[in-house]
Amino acid sequence: MTLRFRASALILTAALALSACAQGGLRDGDAVNLNAQGGLGAASDPTSVAYFNQVVGDRVLFAVDQSTLDAQAQATLDGQAQWLLSNSEYAIQIEGHADEQGTREYNIALGARRASAVRDYLVSRGVPAGRLNTISYGKERPIEICSEESCYRQNRRAVTVVSFGPGA
Amino acid sequence: MLTRRSLIRTTAALTLASALPLVPARAQTGPLRLEITEGVIEPLPFAIPSFIARNGGAADAAADITRVIAADLRGTGLFRQIPETAHISSITAFDAPIQYNDWQAINAQALIVGEVEESGGRLIVRFRLFDVFSQQPLGEGLQFVGPREGWRRMAHNVADQVYERITGEGGYFDTRVVFVHEEGPKNARLKRLAIMDYDGANVQFLTDSRSLVLAPRFSPTGDRIIYTSYESGQPQVYLMDVATVTRRPLEAFTGGEMTFSPRFTPDGGSVVFSMAQGGNTDIFRVGVGGGARTQLTTAPSIETAPSFSPDGSQMVFESDRTGGQQIYVMPAGGGEPQRISRGTGRYGTPVWSPRGDYIAFTKQEAGRFHIGVMRTNGSEERLLTASFLDEGPTWAPNGRVLMFTRETAGADGAPAVYSVDISGRNLQRVATPGMASDPSWSPRLP
Repeated sequence: MTLRFRASALILTAALALSACAQGGLRDGDAVNLNAQGGLGAASDPTSVAYFNQVVGDRVLFAVDQSTLDAQAQATLDGQAQWLLSNSEYAIQIEGHADEQGTREYNIALGARRASAVRDYLVSRGVPAGRLNTISYGKERPIEICSEESCYRQNRRAVTVVSFGPGA
Repeated sequence: MLTRRSLIRTTAALTLASALPLVPARAQTGPLRLEITEGVIEPLPFAIPSFIARNGGAADAAADITRVIAADLRGTGLFRQIPETAHISSITAFDAPIQYNDWQAINAQALIVGEVEESGGRLIVRFRLFDVFSQQPLGEGLQFVGPREGWRRMAHNVADQVYERITGEGGYFDTRVVFVHEEGPKNARLKRLAIMDYDGANVQFLTDSRSLVLAPRFSPTGDRIIYTSYESGQPQVYLMDVATVTRRPLEAFTGGEMTFSPRFTPDGGSVVFSMAQGGNTDIFRVGVGGGARTQLTTAPSIETAPSFSPDGSQMVFESDRTGGQQIYVMPAGGGEPQRISRGTGRYGTPVWSPRGDYIAFTKQEAGRFHIGVMRTNGSEERLLTASFLDEGPTWAPNGRVLMFTRETAGADGAPAVYSVDISGRNLQRVATPGMASDPSWSPRLP
């Protein structure tokens, strides 16, 4: 990503977090859903990327060093699978991430494990494997920057990135 | 480094073991052995009068070269420079007799004398090293010739000679470091490859910051770099020629595979790396020219950070097959890995010393990170550093000094390159043009 894009995303994140609080119905992980501001449709449109990101939820979080999907993560992914099956025109990339508490290369591998766990779950829910690509950024792309657990838990994530295009 | 006993000897005599037969026998004294393993008790004092400029064209170079030699030696933590203002004698001619008493009077144990001559755009650098208290030259006088712009390398060559003659260890000053230069805030960090002299001079950028790059490593001859780049969209191993700054993927990109954590084999003919497939990460080997991959590990866990013993017979790597990261050694061609890390906590990024005697690693325990060394069977573990985040050691070519990444905590947290010797002493921040991480130390330049 370019610096400009990321900087603007950060500002949007702050704005969304506020709106998320105001709406009361969104989880912490939804705070990044500002892609809607980038021309990805309105969250009120159930076929839009914005809807996927904000209403379905584009990410799941993990415990330290773990790639296990807890009940909340599974519920989110159930919603993702349902949406992806209904919106087959979207391409899907699953990004695995880690917090900064680990060595660089291990975290790349750990992010790959997390992305793969999400991929496998979506496949188990019927999403064609051929639509799902995975990538790991390890600890290279934190969204929260403090060095405390409150930030770390947001960074230990797998994000399902959907974009308009051929899905498979 | 200097033990108490050898220090006492040092005050009496400064001599090479190999020069022993030429040294008059002295009761209660022996050859100087600076063992760089046990920590310096007191740095060895040396004097380096400004090198003589043989002609006007050499004046600036003579001053610069003297300064860099002194900085190299001081930077080791093993040597202490006696300032020129304290000198009693001055060196007026390269071949003039040494007034040993004047240097003994200021307790200079080593004396470095040199001159620089400029001739047709080239520099000629000559030096001699003297053992002040035994009143002997320490080794032969030497002369280096090179282009004017190569004056730093000639200075480093002199310092390497001095270091080797006094410590018996290989010098590490005529070397370079490839690293990742970082810019921007923590959540929008830009990274690019850069290379510099070991002391931070002559920085050159090797990539732009459009693609994320990680963990470059030198080839055994220092002319190539292997690293991980996201420029194809996935993390993938790339090979770069240092002289031409041209790069290519190590293997054709097939999609769906992430390759990372590369390192050359000691013969430079192959690269070992990790590949993540379906959440499982294993270690593979492939020739630098391509060809078939050989899979070296097959566990369903994370196997990464491979590094070979200098003789190429064994490979050390990290694995979380028992839960947390631990360090394992296995035969290079494959076979059953043996776990060598034994302490509490997690161990990663093992790197075999170019001398073969130690393995350096990153240890994570109780929320702190350490750089440490252990014997190749896991014994004699010694932690050299402690901080919020230290990781990724790289060896100086003499196997006695390490560089690594240290990152500070918090929203403004920033990485920097540090060095430390294997006794845990002489921790220093290495000069870089900005935030820097993932250093890899070159071999001695040819």
